[in-house]
Amino acid sequence: MNASPVPTAVSTGQGVWLVAERELSTKLRSKAYLISTAILLLIALGGVIWAGISSANPTSTPIAATAATASALEDMGGYDVTEVEGRDEATALVESGEVDAAVIDDPSSATGLVIIADKEAPQSLLMALSASPEVELLNPDSASGPFRYILGIAFGLVFMMAAMMFGTPIATSVVEEKQTRVIEILLSSIPARVLLAGKVLGNTILAISQILLLVAVGTVGLIVTGQTEILAGLGGPVIWFAVFFLFGFILLAAMFAAAGSMVSRQEDVGATMTPVMYLTMIPYFLVIFFGDNPVVMTALSYVPFSAPVGMPIRLFFNEAEWWEPLASLAIMLVACVVVILLGAKIYENSLLKMGARVKFREALRG
Amino acid sequence: MPSGTLQLNSVTKSYGSRRVLDDISFPVHSGQLTGFVGGNGAGKTTTMRIVLGLLASDGGTVTLGGEQLTGDIRRQFGYMPEERGLYPKMKVLEQVVYFARLHGFSKADATAKATALLTELGLEERLNDNIESLSLGNQQRAQIAASLVHEPEVLILDEPFSGLDPIAVETVAGVLQERASRGVSVLFSSHQLDVVERLCDDLVIIAGGTIRAAGPRDQLREQYSAPRWELSGSGDVGWLRDEPGVTVVDFEGGSAVFDVDDPATAQRVLRRALQDGDVSKFGPQHPTLAQIFKEVIQ
Repeated sequence: MNASPVPTAVSTGQGVWLVAERELSTKLRSKAYLISTAILLLIALGGVIWAGISSANPTSTPIAATAATASALEDMGGYDVTEVEGRDEATALVESGEVDAAVIDDPSSATGLVIIADKEAPQSLLMALSASPEVELLNPDSASGPFRYILGIAFGLVFMMAAMMFGTPIATSVVEEKQTRVIEILLSSIPARVLLAGKVLGNTILAISQILLLVAVGTVGLIVTGQTEILAGLGGPVIWFAVFFLFGFILLAAMFAAAGSMVSRQEDVGATMTPVMYLTMIPYFLVIFFGDNPVVMTALSYVPFSAPVGMPIRLFFNEAEWWEPLASLAIMLVACVVVILLGAKIYENSLLKMGARVKFREALRG
Repeated sequence: MPSGTLQLNSVTKSYGSRRVLDDISFPVHSGQLTGFVGGNGAGKTTTMRIVLGLLASDGGTVTLGGEQLTGDIRRQFGYMPEERGLYPKMKVLEQVVYFARLHGFSKADATAKATALLTELGLEERLNDNIESLSLGNQQRAQIAASLVHEPEVLILDEPFSGLDPIAVETVAGVLQERASRGVSVLFSSHQLDVVERLCDDLVIIAGGTIRAAGPRDQLREQYSAPRWELSGSGDVGWLRDEPGVTVVDFEGGSAVFDVDDPATAQRVLRRALQDGDVSKFGPQHPTLAQIFKEVIQ
């Protein structure tokens, strides 16, 4: 044997980092993880580019028009106007297929205009030229419908996916340690709290780096495809989402670890993990179902589990005062501390109990 | 960090109304191998878990060099649990290095120590294989490495020899003896009584949650040996039956096993046997650990 180096007692910080490092290296070496990350990034990139292409090329309909109508059509936008002398020239262009339709002035028509088309007149053109009465809304709906919906789905989906993708492995790795009894050796080396903290830290780093990677890919995609005005509007909410996500994930991670510690076999982990799963899915569904209900949305933006999704949406539509995210974050931090303490208690009390599922009350009492 | 004798004093433990450990007291001396023997469910694993602080006792104390055990002291112990477990998808060397680092070794020291230890245990060719790809015997060796790598002062091993082939038993026994010779206190349980008998300096026999016998092996042997002697010779030893003070236990032509009332009686028997012919074997018979075990647990 070599000359004996003397070990120095592991500090809490070192212990936490060692555990976190193992979680990271195990994960980063797993092919399944790397492949699923790559797929997620490709989907995000594809989505951004597709959105860019479809918005960069608004379909402009080729239209023939006489001098009297051309300027009015050009003002409306969306039409590629070819000026013609009269009816015959217009008809020729429509027949040759060079334009979709022609708009010419005709005093004999009630509206003073005639549309010439091959088989069917473009609907948008008809609508544009139809006169509709002015509408005056007394209580305009502030939510801008579909976009709000899409944003809700996007934030909700990212939160739910990331929570499942990184939360579930925490529970299964806790069970793995129990099932293989590695836990007995670990606990004869480091305290349970250090182990828990290391697991939460390692998996949070993984989850956050994945979110940041997604944001980076999205940002680059938006810049490359020239969608900078969306970027400017999304920037703030996305940063808030990342901040809320960080603490929201720590909250969930502690719960996943506690859920895992209560069973001894992988087969049983589903039972204790289900309630935590619901907590990750609830914000997603609530935001989709109640996205346009200001009362529910305000409430959701303060409840710790749904705040990561609710608050950024309200911020995007300028519905939240500047102090609201800070207040919500404060609530989140308090919830974090409480849940981590409870989670650690369950974890410490359940880790060495083998066999049947540990009951929730028993786990809390110790 | 205290060192010296690990001492259990009146440790008790109950699960509900069932008392599984009752007034357990015994020492584990430093520099010695102490064998912990008992039937299934006798309380060995529970005792070990209490020593390691994985389980709280209901009463009694465990001290090292007279000092009450704390979490920090226990963290310098080496432990091999009864049900084996390492991370299945981690490489052997990486795993042992990880445990060494959790005990405070720098990465470089941990790697050097783990490599040397795994080599000593005969795993030098499997360092970069995943644990799950090893045979059970080799997984066991890796497990032993995990409990030894931080050079603990106290080593608690639950059934370290189960599942090992005879060669591996020798390797592991050698490693444990080497550690003991450096002053480490080693407590291990085993069902392989012959191995325990051969290796251990001290023995602790537990049954039904109570200590039935504890002490140095040779002392126990003497204590539990009946005044029993063995005689083999060329002549027929049938006359033994009529010898005063002799009770024949076993008899077969030229050899017999017998109890005597007094050591002097045995010597008289030897003189008589020599008158009849040659004596090829004569001496007191020591009980094996298996015999002592059977006797004390009844």
